[in-house]
Amino acid sequence: MANARFDVVVVGTGPGGYVSAIRCAQLGLSVAAIEDDRPGGVCLNWGCIPTKALLRNAEVVSLFSRAAEFGVTVSGFQADYGAAIQRSRQVADRMAKGVEFLFRKNTITYLPGRGALKSRTVVEVTGGQRPQSIEAAYIILATGSTARSLPGVTIDEERVISSNGAVRNETRPDTLVIIGAGAVGVEFADVYASYGTRVTLLEALPRILPVEDEEVSAQMAKAFTRRAIAVKTGVKVTSVERSASGVTVHTDGDRLEADQVLMAVGRSARTDGLGLDVLGVATDRGYVKVSPRMETSVAGVYAIGDMAGPPLLAHKASAEGVVAAEAIAGRQPRPVDYSNVPACTYARPQVASIGMTEAAARANGRNVTVGRFPFTASGKAVALGETEGFVKVIADKATGEILGVHIIGAEATELIHEFAVGRTLEATLEEIIQTIHAHPTLSEASLEATLNALGQAIHI
Amino acid sequence: MAATKVVMPKLSEAMETGKLIKWLKKEGDRVQGGDIIAEIETDKADVEVEAFGAGVLRQILVPPGDRVPVGALIAVIAEPDDDISSLLGGAAATVAEAKPAAPSAATQSPGAPPAPAPSPPVSPTARPAPITAGAPPSEPAIAPPPAPAGTGTSERVRVSPLARKIAAQAGMDLRLIQGSGPAGRIVRRDIEAALGSARPSAAAPAAVPVRPAALRPAAEGPEYEDVALTTIRATIAKRMPLSKAPVPHFYVTSEVAMDRAWELREQLNLLEGQPKVTVNDLVVRASAIALVEHPNVNASFQGDSVRIHHRAHIGIAVALDDGLITPVLRNCESKSLAQIAAEGRDLVERTRSRKLRATELSGATFSISNLGMFDVVNFSAIINPPEGAILAVGAVRQVPVVAPEGLGIGRRMHLTLSCDHRVMDGAMGAKFLQTVRQLLEEPLRLLI
Repeated sequence: MANARFDVVVVGTGPGGYVSAIRCAQLGLSVAAIEDDRPGGVCLNWGCIPTKALLRNAEVVSLFSRAAEFGVTVSGFQADYGAAIQRSRQVADRMAKGVEFLFRKNTITYLPGRGALKSRTVVEVTGGQRPQSIEAAYIILATGSTARSLPGVTIDEERVISSNGAVRNETRPDTLVIIGAGAVGVEFADVYASYGTRVTLLEALPRILPVEDEEVSAQMAKAFTRRAIAVKTGVKVTSVERSASGVTVHTDGDRLEADQVLMAVGRSARTDGLGLDVLGVATDRGYVKVSPRMETSVAGVYAIGDMAGPPLLAHKASAEGVVAAEAIAGRQPRPVDYSNVPACTYARPQVASIGMTEAAARANGRNVTVGRFPFTASGKAVALGETEGFVKVIADKATGEILGVHIIGAEATELIHEFAVGRTLEATLEEIIQTIHAHPTLSEASLEATLNALGQAIHI
Repeated sequence: MAATKVVMPKLSEAMETGKLIKWLKKEGDRVQGGDIIAEIETDKADVEVEAFGAGVLRQILVPPGDRVPVGALIAVIAEPDDDISSLLGGAAATVAEAKPAAPSAATQSPGAPPAPAPSPPVSPTARPAPITAGAPPSEPAIAPPPAPAGTGTSERVRVSPLARKIAAQAGMDLRLIQGSGPAGRIVRRDIEAALGSARPSAAAPAAVPVRPAALRPAAEGPEYEDVALTTIRATIAKRMPLSKAPVPHFYVTSEVAMDRAWELREQLNLLEGQPKVTVNDLVVRASAIALVEHPNVNASFQGDSVRIHHRAHIGIAVALDDGLITPVLRNCESKSLAQIAAEGRDLVERTRSRKLRATELSGATFSISNLGMFDVVNFSAIINPPEGAILAVGAVRQVPVVAPEGLGIGRRMHLTLSCDHRVMDGAMGAKFLQTVRQLLEEPLRLLI
């Protein structure tokens, strides 16, 4: 049987793979995309998008509980968790269909099934309608990642669940232990707590959101504690035992009973059965090694997204997908600037950051100036009733170079992009200051924090 | 009298479009033939445009900053009562075609009076002087933004704010840096590369400058990058193969004893009120005399004929940061050494500041390229068609020489003539070179 032939075959259609496939098609290449789950990958189906729908539900619930604050009397409202899950599934379905539509629009051949490398130009697809071999001049691997667990603990998606199980789980546990307080753990802590689950958030490192700036972690811990989420840091989980009624988590000094445990200790590259060993694709700590053009150690085979290493973020995967596509098409893409990738956590309060933390900047030997502005001093934030949090700007004292920005508070994840653009254009504190910010907006807090870094803040 | 069309001039063979930099006359100004009315930017240089007719600059059709094709009408000179609408009718179409987005030309009806130029705002009241008291001491010491560059005549430098600050703190001239950002924008890494080190850290700077290459880890950064061609580099890339491939080059090299020329030059440069004379000036003068004597070298291949030039228009190669321009010193055969020295210096300076006139960009009959300042002993240059030859000048070096009285020290210089074999033969080139050599070895002849 003659193989179907394409210029490029993309294995995996998450935010890395589908973006890369579309960019390839835009550049005039013929493209096939292989997917063993649903188009859109974890991001659209089980991760970013459905969790954002759940978090929006959680926010609505929270507003109802706060209705009296706004002079609205709501008596005895019901928040149906199952309905929240259903809405989140609808959102995910719609987005997945959107990806299928984009594939059709760009005449990309969509192949359901699991892809495995047979040679540097052949990918075998199994598990679809019929097994077939696809031949392509270039292969882009974009198979993403799967949730990791602790040694000796199996994720059964019943008692011990991952984020994948959590977004499908229509029955809300009364008690939940979340192991790992990164973005995933923190977001689910918010969702479940908003619906009334008693949540315990465990983190092995000394603070939650350990990769964020210390002040942000502290603010988040304070906000969660106020909402009766039990935050326990510096806690090492030694074992997790299932029982008939639930699950027991043993730590290095305690034991916790809960209906469910959510494992949020990180993710690892999903490369099982992909055939990396067939071609001898080099890996490093489980991630596929890539060049700045996203090419693996095997010429013509590219890898992007989570499988190509941290940060494991959808937008980083998309950016890499564009670089890979343009490199294949003979363009000269600028490599992804990993120092300028925004990181966002969509809990309440939201957290967003770009660049270095203050500690990292100092550890790098930079002579820094730091500006802060609390949302309590922002007119817009007070009017919204969202005064929790602050903007923190870290800059080089001599040049005003913006080294890092950390925002915690309402719409932080939208606010961060002013600084992302600024850093891309190599703006300094002065260019932010010279930019007139509309009043009243939350963005004014960004301006004020920048002014504060120069000792010129007006409203504080 | 008849109206005069001012069109975008074709200033070199390669020129296809020109960009209007600025108008030096405004609408309504009376101009004479030869007046400089505008400055335009070509692929190689900034050039002044002369008026070819007298009258009033009735209408300007191309605003500063716009690029139009060669031959496009850019202005009309006529007497105040001349009807120029017929000229403009065609012009509006030409310009609109060339640049449909130019609203000034496209929307203005042809005969309509031009919109008045905005006059500088007049301050209604005197403003109080800005308060310049010192900033509160608590403010971190961040340097104020430097005054924006590019006011008026100087070229705008595309540079990120951060790169500008780092450069200012390092005392670095941004014009010397090739940007690697979008559209050649200078970004931080360019400054750091130019500084030859990573960003200054808190650690004290190394006492001894070390070659940065030795410090850099081998695997850092992308393996290569593609830098967009500057317009000059693109032109050179396009033009040089047009010489080297079709023109059969041959080369003749000679060594010249420069002791007496050196001595003469030193004496001349002690004279007050006389322009300083360079070795290159001596070579230009010697070449001009030799070209008259050997017209076969001052010649161009024309397909079915050879054109012998009776003037020595000598192109002098000038190296720039981003390429090479060979401006033309005209009529060198009738210029004294002092004239060549003074005009040559002016020409080189204006080339470096991109202020050449149209007539100085083309029309050379012979060229001279001098790499002596880089201690080059000798080299072979590529002929610049349609010229028939180019002289490559090496450094004047002190070398051991065999003299009748024994071994001595002498000053020697190598000259290499590249010749178009379709125009001349080896002996013709050799004879020319011999004459140049004799002139330089008996340099008083250069003063006659």
